This record gives sequence, C-alpha cells and structure tokens, in this order.
Amino acid sequence: MEKFGFTLTKARVIDYDRNDHSIVDFIMEREPSFKACIECGCCSATCTTGNFTGFSLREINVLLKRGENDQVRKKIKKCMLCGKCSLVCPRGVNTRNVVFVAKQAFQKFDNYAV
Amino acid sequence: MQFDPFVIPFDLGLYFILIYAVTRSIIWFRELSRPDKLRLQRGFFGKAFGQSLKEIFLESLIHRKILKSNLRLGYMHMSLAFGWFLLILFGTIEADIFGEKHLNAPYKAIFFKFFNPDHGKTPFEAGYSFLMDLILAFILSGLVLAIIKRFSSKAVGMKKTTKLKTLDKIALTSLWLIFPSRLIAESLTSGAYGTGSFLTGTLGSWLASFLPASQMAYPFWWLYSLSLGTFFVLLPLTRYLHIPTELFLIFMRNSGIRTGDKAGSFSEVEVHSCSSCGLCIDTCQMNFSAGINNMQAAYLTKAIRNNTETFDIAQNCLMCGRCDQICPVGIELSPIRMIQRRTGDSEISYTNTWKGYFREKQHLPVKKQNIRNSFDFLPESNPGKADILYFAGCMTHLTPSIKIAMTSILNASGLSWSFIDEKGGACCGRPLMLAGQDKEARELINYNSQIIWKSGAHTLVTSCPICYKVFKESYYLDVEVLHHSQFIKNIIDDGSVKMNFLHKRVTYHTPCELGRSSGVYDEPREVLRHVANLETTDFDNENSLCCGGSLGNLMLSQENKRKIASCTAAELTRKNPDFLITACPLCKKTLAPVTKYKVIDLSEIVAESIVTPAVLKKNTYRFKKTVRESVGVEKS
Repeated sequence: MEKFGFTLTKARVIDYDRNDHSIVDFIMEREPSFKACIECGCCSATCTTGNFTGFSLREINVLLKRGENDQVRKKIKKCMLCGKCSLVCPRGVNTRNVVFVAKQAFQKFDNYAV
Repeated sequence: MQFDPFVIPFDLGLYFILIYAVTRSIIWFRELSRPDKLRLQRGFFGKAFGQSLKEIFLESLIHRKILKSNLRLGYMHMSLAFGWFLLILFGTIEADIFGEKHLNAPYKAIFFKFFNPDHGKTPFEAGYSFLMDLILAFILSGLVLAIIKRFSSKAVGMKKTTKLKTLDKIALTSLWLIFPSRLIAESLTSGAYGTGSFLTGTLGSWLASFLPASQMAYPFWWLYSLSLGTFFVLLPLTRYLHIPTELFLIFMRNSGIRTGDKAGSFSEVEVHSCSSCGLCIDTCQMNFSAGINNMQAAYLTKAIRNNTETFDIAQNCLMCGRCDQICPVGIELSPIRMIQRRTGDSEISYTNTWKGYFREKQHLPVKKQNIRNSFDFLPESNPGKADILYFAGCMTHLTPSIKIAMTSILNASGLSWSFIDEKGGACCGRPLMLAGQDKEARELINYNSQIIWKSGAHTLVTSCPICYKVFKESYYLDVEVLHHSQFIKNIIDDGSVKMNFLHKRVTYHTPCELGRSSGVYDEPREVLRHVANLETTDFDNENSLCCGGSLGNLMLSQENKRKIASCTAAELTRKNPDFLITACPLCKKTLAPVTKYKVIDLSEIVAESIVTPAVLKKNTYRFKKTVRESVGVEKS
C-alpha cells in the first residue's frame, strides 16, 4: 500500500477508569468515612500548610478518586497532619487519617520511599 | 523413700525454667545499652537493691496496687502469688526440719507428704500441718475466684477480661490443676495414713471412707507433678512469663532505666512483665464510652509478645495515658505504643512457636521507610525582638476567642511580647510524632526552633498543651517554655495584673497532654481559684478523662469521638456549673458541641475578669535566667 506519511492520531481522551485505583480502594477500605466527602473544601480553607502553598486537601481527594496517583504522591508530602481539617469537616470525614492511610498505601503498593 | 518416678516431670520442668531464666537474663543484660548496663550495676550494689526487694514484696507478692483499685481482683492475684510463695517457703522449711536429712532436692519439699506420709502425728507436726493447710486453703480460695473470673468477669468487679490464645489456655489449665491435684493427692495420702489437718485430713478421711485411698493417691501425685512440669515448660511462651520477668523489671526500673524511644531490652522486659490483668481495659475510655475493646494496652503487649500484627492496635489509641496511671506493674505503656508507631507498618507472617522461646532469634522483615515529607515551602520568618513569645498553635487558630483573650492578657501584663504565628505558622510537630513520623516532625521542629532562637526571647508561652509538650520535651531551646496557665499564674503571683472575682461556679477539665503527659495540674486550678468558685469532679487531676478529640488517635471515627466527648462532658458537668473550663483549644473544640453547658478556655475567663490598670505597672516579671545569659554570650 502506498504510504502518504499520514497516520491516525491517537485518542487524547483521559480515561479515568483506566487509572490505577488501588490506592483509593485501600483508603476507602481503611477509612470508610472518605466516601462521605462532598469536596466542599472546608479542609483546604482551614489548612495550616495551605496557608503557605497551594496545597489543598480537596484537590488531593479529587485526584485520589480519579486515580491520578503520581500527582497525589508529590503533593501529599506537604501535609503536617495537624488535624484541623478533620475538626471542620461538615461530613465527619476523618481527613487526617485519609492522608495517613494514603501515605501508607503508597508505601504498600508502590514501595515508594522518598 | 527417697525417690519415685513421678517427680521426673516436675524436675525436668523446674530445671528447664531455671536454665531458661538465667540464659534469658544474660541475653537481656547483654543487649542493654552501655549507660543502662552501668545503671543496673550501680543499682544492684546500691540503694536500689533494697528498694527493689521491698517493691517485689509489695507488688509482686502482695499486689498492693491491684488491691487498692479492685479488692476482689487484688485478692485473687495475692492469694495465688503470695500463697504459692508461702507454700514453697514453708514447704522447704518443713522438708528441712521434718525430713530425713537437711538440704533436700527441691522435689522433696513439693511432694513432702508423699515421701513422709505419716508426718503430722505429734502436736508440733500437727500444728505445722495446720499452717500448710491454711496456706493451701488461701490459694484455693483465690483459684475459685480466678475460675469464676474466667467465665464471668463481673464477679470480680471487672467489666472485661483478656482473651486468651491456645497456649495460654493450656498453661492456664495446668496452673488451675496444680492446686486441686495437690489437695486431692495430699488428702488421699493423709486419709490412708490418718494424718493431715483441717483441710487435707478431713477431706482425706471422708474420701478414705468409701475409696481405696492408698491406691488412688498415686495417680494424683502424678497429675500434680505433670501439671507443674507442663506449666513450667509453657511459661516462656505464655503470659505467665511475667512472674519471673517482673522481678527483673523492678530491678531495672529502680536502677533508673527508662523506656526511651527505641525498642530494646528494657521495653521487651516491660512487654513480658504484663500479666494481662486487664485493669487497662476497664480504665480505657475507648472501652467504656465507645465500646472498642480490642486495642487496649494488654492486647498491645500480647501482640508484641506473640509477634502478631500490631499496627492497628498501636494506632487506635487516644494516648491519654490513663492506662499508664493504673498499670499495677508500672509498665510505661504509652512509650511502648509510641515505639510501635514509629516502627510503622510491616507484614509479620512469621510466628513460630519454638522460636517463641527466644524472640530475638526471629528475623522480622525490615521495615520500609516512610515517605519523607518536605517542608521547604515554609517561608523564612523574622519575629520582632521581644522578651516573651506567644505561640498560638494550629488549634488555637481554630478557636480565635482564645487567641483574642491571650492577646488582651499579654497586653495587660505590660511585658514586651511578640506573636510568632499571628498570620498562621507551621505546626509544632507533635501531631506527626504521634503518628510515628519523627523524621518529618524534626523538620518542623528545626523550622520553629530557628524562629525562636532568632527572637532572643526569654520565655515562650503557648496556648495549646499539645505544643507545650513538644516544645518542652523535643525542642532544644534556651527559653523557658510555659503553658498559658503557668504564665497567667506567674503574672498574678508577681502582681502584674489584678483580677475581679466572678461569682460563677466552674468545673475544670484537665487536658491529657497538660496533666498526665506534662504534669501540670496545680497552676490552672490556682488561677481559677482567683476568678471563680472551682468545683471538684470525680475525675480530677491524675484520674482526668480524655475529651476524645485527641490527635493521638488517627483511626477513631468522628462518631466514636463524639461518644467519648459526650461521656466526658456529662461526667464533668454533673454539678451544673456555669462554665466548663478547660486549658486546651482542642478539648474546647471537642467538648463544646456535645454539651449544653458553656465550654470556655482558662484564658477567656481570666481575660474577662482582668482589671485594666490605670497606669501600666513597672515591669516586675521575673524571667528565668537563660543559659546564654548565665554564660554571658548575650553581653558580648
């Protein structure tokens, strides 16, 4: 067949279903209250770290649920575990444990140590 | 008669346990750090030796602390421990005096009746038999209590008793069999020969009236020896190892050895000294308020001993320290829990019964490194030069009324002060430490230390007991660290501020991190006596309750936290006070939503009652001299 130098372009759709959900599944199992998160952003509003940087727990929650683990891994290191977020959460999510369990999950599944 | 084959199981067991105890002690001693070894040596030849002997008598035999907190449980432990000790002691004396010769083999004392069946004919011998029977009756009464406790723990005044593993059950059965089999064996022998006192004699003659006593006694002597032998051999694998280990622990503790923050010989001795008495389960708020009863200190020590999964148990705890307070053996349970938290998560699939005799021979998998945090985003901060620094802390920023109150108090005191984290600062590091992430915490500690050193301050005041504890213990600072209650007491004492007496009735909730953790009990109470009528509650000082909001527990759900908080609030407001006072922003935040009473911080009531002076008084506050001043660095 004659080659014209043209090919089909690859689909540029980001398919969240194909992402690795092992981390978020692990968190859901260990901290079931995470399911109740409505991504209201109260946690980000009160965050000690968020005061200095663009760190946002709400963003991390969304990324975790989408399975964008690489981004989460970089960001989650900034959390100081102070626990203000879990005190203000209107849905009673134990957000402090979500961060702790997420770190634990990265260790478990990715053998990841910085 | 000098020997009979039935003593062999007992002899084997006894020699096994003696050799084991010596080997184990040598291994433990060798693994101690060098300073600890010196401490132990000095303690052994010094005053600590006498103290230890006294403590061993009072705690290991009489069980004074358990008796104090629970009479029936204490009696059970005392009758078994002290009774058995007396039985061995008087048995040895008996064998020495009445036996055929002096200095007998150990089995002669234990099975004295078998080898001297017609002993007890003369009045003196009969008197001695009476004593021995009395001791046996004493032990048996405790044993009856123990059996009742196993099936219904409420009978001895306990809500819950510890659950057991299979080996524990076998050891327990053999322990239970020891004394009844001795009773029956002795009774049958006495019955056959017409000796024995009120217990063995009476039972013996009754049994002999319808049974062939002399033939039946022999199997029971075998049973007695076998149960002793089994018990001794299983001892190192079960919780009963606490019997010899506790003696070692008392010596080590009196010599000044402490748990520290790494696992070692001492923490292992402590873990093995736990008798699983279960007092920590009853005192735990997670148990009686939230109904969680699988994570208490007794289960933690058990899991460490058996090399099973400890991660969840170690994490699921408020770290309130109530169990430390009540532990009759005096094990430092919170530091042990912290050690477990630091080691982190690892999958232990390695549990070999035979290697249980030497725990250190088991090769546990190497723990993976935690994800390292990087807090390099924290901006460089330059606080103004001031004598006093005020660090509000994360939690105080969430309860701004405390921040405002403290600002007005500090202003009224007329001292030069500076607010470090007015626009929000870094965390103090304690929450990370409580999660077992010390390396990350150290980064924050370094950051905060830098700010404090730069300011050249004399005193650091903090509103949050969580921050107070970490500043006091883990920071290397040349400033006096004060909780705001201590600072307010100081400025009242030196007359810097005057207060109006508010005619209000208040109760005070001692925060765990301030009270049991840091030992600040009196200052907040004294301040409160200046401003209001302080009522007492059932849970004051060392016995104080946790609010439930503790940062120590990551896993506890909000629902359970609420349950604990409501329980605590209900207990503290029993006398219908006008205010429930606390000295911790986190306690305030946790208690306020669950009670109809007004929950306020100590600083708020002080700020309300403070009299604004017409003229600011001359500064009379006496600062504690810093190290840099005493060596003269400041002047040069």
